[in-house]
Amino acid sequence: MSKLKEALEAGTFAVTGELGPPKGVNIAAMMEEAEKYLKGCVLAVNVTDNQSSVMRIGSLGISAKLVSAGFEPVYQITCRDRNRLAIQSDILSGYLLGVRNILALTGDHPSLGDHPGARCVFDLDSVSLLHTIATMKNGKDLSGADLQGAPKELFAGASVTPGADPVEPQLLKMEKKVEAGARFFQTQAIYEPAKFEKFMKAAGKLKIPVLAGIVIVKSPAMAKYMNEKVAGVFVPDEIIKPLSAASKEDRPKVAIDLMAKLMKDLKPMCQGFHIMAMGWEKYVPELISKAGTA
Amino acid sequence: MIVNVAKPMEELKNLLADYRRVFILGCGGCPLGCETGGPARLEELKAELTRADRSVSGTQMIDFLCNKALVGAQLRYQVPALKNSDAVLVVSCGVGVQATAAMIDLPSLPANNTLNSQGMQGLWPSVERCDGCGDCLLHLTGGICPITRCAKNLINGQCGGTHDGKCEVENTRDCAWHLIYEKLKALGKLDNLKKLPKLRDYRNWDVSDRERHTTRWALEEDQLYQAPKAVGKQ
Ligand code: SF4
Ligand code: SF4
Repeated sequence: MSKLKEALEAGTFAVTGELGPPKGVNIAAMMEEAEKYLKGCVLAVNVTDNQSSVMRIGSLGISAKLVSAGFEPVYQITCRDRNRLAIQSDILSGYLLGVRNILALTGDHPSLGDHPGARCVFDLDSVSLLHTIATMKNGKDLSGADLQGAPKELFAGASVTPGADPVEPQLLKMEKKVEAGARFFQTQAIYEPAKFEKFMKAAGKLKIPVLAGIVIVKSPAMAKYMNEKVAGVFVPDEIIKPLSAASKEDRPKVAIDLMAKLMKDLKPMCQGFHIMAMGWEKYVPELISKAGTA
Repeated sequence: MIVNVAKPMEELKNLLADYRRVFILGCGGCPLGCETGGPARLEELKAELTRADRSVSGTQMIDFLCNKALVGAQLRYQVPALKNSDAVLVVSCGVGVQATAAMIDLPSLPANNTLNSQGMQGLWPSVERCDGCGDCLLHLTGGICPITRCAKNLINGQCGGTHDGKCEVENTRDCAWHLIYEKLKALGKLDNLKKLPKLRDYRNWDVSDRERHTTRWALEEDQLYQAPKAVGKQ
């Protein structure tokens, strides 16, 4: 049974974390960080799938490792690299290995990553992947054939970009995702509570738990990069200014305080947080306790 | 020539469900060669649609619908009839439907499915491209092809990568789904997005052997043109 599902269905505020698998088979450092900083601190841990189209060890393998280490993974599946046969087959393998949560994503285009010459697949997309999961939970595959044992306990979620401009296409797609079987959402990074509040008002009719995405802004340079390059994300001056004013040594503390304040503002609007620490896992426990969501 | 086949009449009635007054526009290029267009098909469609309780507000043939300048110039004469129409049924390949959609502010609906492009006689595409997916969706997407214009060929709407209306792949390339959203909003047809099929059937994208040959097949088989091949073999 998925603890994430239990919590969200019971209306308990849920916090999830994230791990980016390394490029290679040496996962010791990643697992150590997970044990030290994420265990007991977050309810479930997302495992990214060749994030940003950069080849790494697979999200299925790491999700299974996490299960055996006593974590609850959220297995991220993108549609960039695998067609409907491979994806259905991986879903079954994951289930066999104890994976219950899946985050269904379309995935970035290969041209953005480290194998820009790769052929993109996109046989499915986020919506049809959610439909696939729902179909399999019902004991069928996409061809309509009966499954010998259905992955009944799967709990599927999806992502959304609340800061997109215009936001209506995102809301329309979110609705399609719910209809196709999404039972929770984890959002792209959010830094503007007022914009998020408006989004949540519009999304309210879908009655679906939304975990607000938190990406710790580590430096003014990172903020600048995100504002230029990351779709639908805007880091306002209120965050950039104090970070620029702080000395290098003080920056982590200032950054965590800023994020904790942001989370306090966001908390009444959402059903949980999804913290993407991106290398700053060691600050996650402090962030969670400062934000008052421990 | 672009090979296209007629969409089944049942499907056409379905995609015309929301529209009562229909203008029928025919391409005088490839559909003639494929016998899926031309004055005779236009008459047939007119009769069928009238039987199906639609009023046909007008019909017109234009030499090549893929030529937007020509489409714009010729449709000027049809403005009164178009003002009296809810949609335009376009009897052409996918490029013709897209070119028409770009020139008018009415929904442009495909009467045909496009299978393949062979040889290029008469073809004059601009940014509009058709990949012959065999299951044309243009009636749901405001006449903008998601298969050829979205970098990921997505059919279920915008991905998370759009930035200021541009595609995540190139910041000079329009995001197809942003264009589709804007067009559907202008047409008052945003609920079309919910009608898109969740899954594609890629079998329709494959091209049968018969459709691989160009209209010049007779020449290609001619001894004269085969001669260099024979020399090569020696
Ligand atoms: S949807 Fe696009 S690729 Fe498919 S037939 Fe229509 S225009 Fe061509
Ligand atoms: S940004 Fe737009 S055009 Fe580019 S892949 Fe995403 S949906 Fe398609």
